[in-house]
Amino acid sequence: MPAEYTERSLLKYSQKLIEMFKNPKNIGEMENPTVTADEGDVQCGDAFRMFLKIEDNVIVDAKFLSFGCAANIATGAATTEIVKGKTVDEAEKITIKEITESLDGLPPLKMHCATLAFKTLKKALENYRKMQK
Amino acid sequence: MLYWDQMNAYFDNGTTTPVAKEVLDAMLPYFRENFGHPIFIYSLGQEAAEAIERSQKIISRTINAKPEEITFTSNGTESIDLAIRGAAYANRRKGNHIITTNVENPSVLRVCDKLESDGFKVDYIAVDKQGLVDLDQLKKTINDKTILVSVANVNDEIGTVQPVDEVARIVREQGRKIFFHVNAIAGYMRVPVDVERLGVDMLSLSAHKIHGPKGVGALYLRKGTRIEPLNYGYVSMSGLKPGTENVAGIVGFAKAAELASDRFDRNVKKMLELRERLMKGIEERMSYYLLHGPRGEKRSPANVNYSFKGVEGEAILLRLDLEGVSVATGSACSTRKLEPSHVLTAIGIKPEVAHSATRFTISWQNTPEEVDYALDVLPGVIENLRKISPIKAEDM
Repeated sequence: MPAEYTERSLLKYSQKLIEMFKNPKNIGEMENPTVTADEGDVQCGDAFRMFLKIEDNVIVDAKFLSFGCAANIATGAATTEIVKGKTVDEAEKITIKEITESLDGLPPLKMHCATLAFKTLKKALENYRKMQK
Repeated sequence: MLYWDQMNAYFDNGTTTPVAKEVLDAMLPYFRENFGHPIFIYSLGQEAAEAIERSQKIISRTINAKPEEITFTSNGTESIDLAIRGAAYANRRKGNHIITTNVENPSVLRVCDKLESDGFKVDYIAVDKQGLVDLDQLKKTINDKTILVSVANVNDEIGTVQPVDEVARIVREQGRKIFFHVNAIAGYMRVPVDVERLGVDMLSLSAHKIHGPKGVGALYLRKGTRIEPLNYGYVSMSGLKPGTENVAGIVGFAKAAELASDRFDRNVKKMLELRERLMKGIEERMSYYLLHGPRGEKRSPANVNYSFKGVEGEAILLRLDLEGVSVATGSACSTRKLEPSHVLTAIGIKPEVAHSATRFTISWQNTPEEVDYALDVLPGVIENLRKISPIKAEDM
């Protein structure tokens, strides 16, 4: 039976992430979004919804809702903050690293929660592309 | 990340407690003045040895045991490991079957995993919706290979007080020796513990859950009960736990036990009042909540555990922390695994509801003002998180 060792750092949040969790930006429902996307699984303890308002291929507004932990809420705020003002092409090139770095990194055990916001963004953008066809 | 400029309400006493002032005062002389090693035959050493013996006496009295039946360990987890593996290894010729429940603390479950990898067979008895162990299933599960049964007297997550006297009776009825271990760590100084009345062979205790120091536990071992040590080395006072004793810690444990035991009835009454105040407040002020564990006498006076549907437990925990309220959660997100609490799963709680579980654990040092403060803060925290959740509480 291999021994496990829990690194304190595996669960520790950055000050920036806690700040973003305390006062998350862009949280709430959006009226008349151009596109909406859902990701996650409540049974696994997370669910995420993203709304994008897109005009002339530019993301003019982004909002989100989260049933998730602090990492999930903070990355949701960070992701929506990063995409606002970007074109759809630019938004498609955003990496998860960019999002986590904007929060001074994430505890390794929480990467799963951060991926959710990122995956929802990708899905929203895909939905948008489909709408354009 | 500390917010000391505001009121603090500490309700995570089931995880750990602050050391009582009297406890610290009792410990301090054993760091510098009475620093002796109990193996010294000169006065300094004898003082240390006597301090350990006095501590054995004090702790034994709190559970109606004999002083020599108390072995000090480095923590509750070690007590449990020593009891379960020590008894299993000592009895492997008589059988390889061990019985516990599916709501035990990881300290028991991990030890059982290890024993399974050593060739033992472990059965986990189911519990009902309130977390009470199924005694019929226990009776049916005991067979002629069974050597050990281990049950906690109080569930650390949902506060269920187990019918351990019933379990003991069933174990004794078998007509041959089966070891019975009680993990009393969550129950110690919350519910009465009497090893004689119970007829238990082994019982695990920990100091830091009763306002004693961290790093000290105790194992009660009924006289004549032989278990195998797990560690070997220089024997100072106990062959079951070789090495130099944590003398100051042991003295602190005894002091904490003495204080809590002297005021046991008063403390329990106080915790019950606080528990009822908190539960009543939550049920009056909140919506879409679910209580985990029983009500009334079958619930530990120290435990309150609710799911607030539609919001995730870790977010609740951290938002409450920002307000100075400390709680624990059954959410997966607070642990390494992505599964919700095994205890909540065992009592039939859906995962999406288990992720919202919020545990308040009370101590006799808490005050009604702290309860009221938590009640003032809680509705806002939950309402705020519900507003930002894509899941509707009423749909869960």
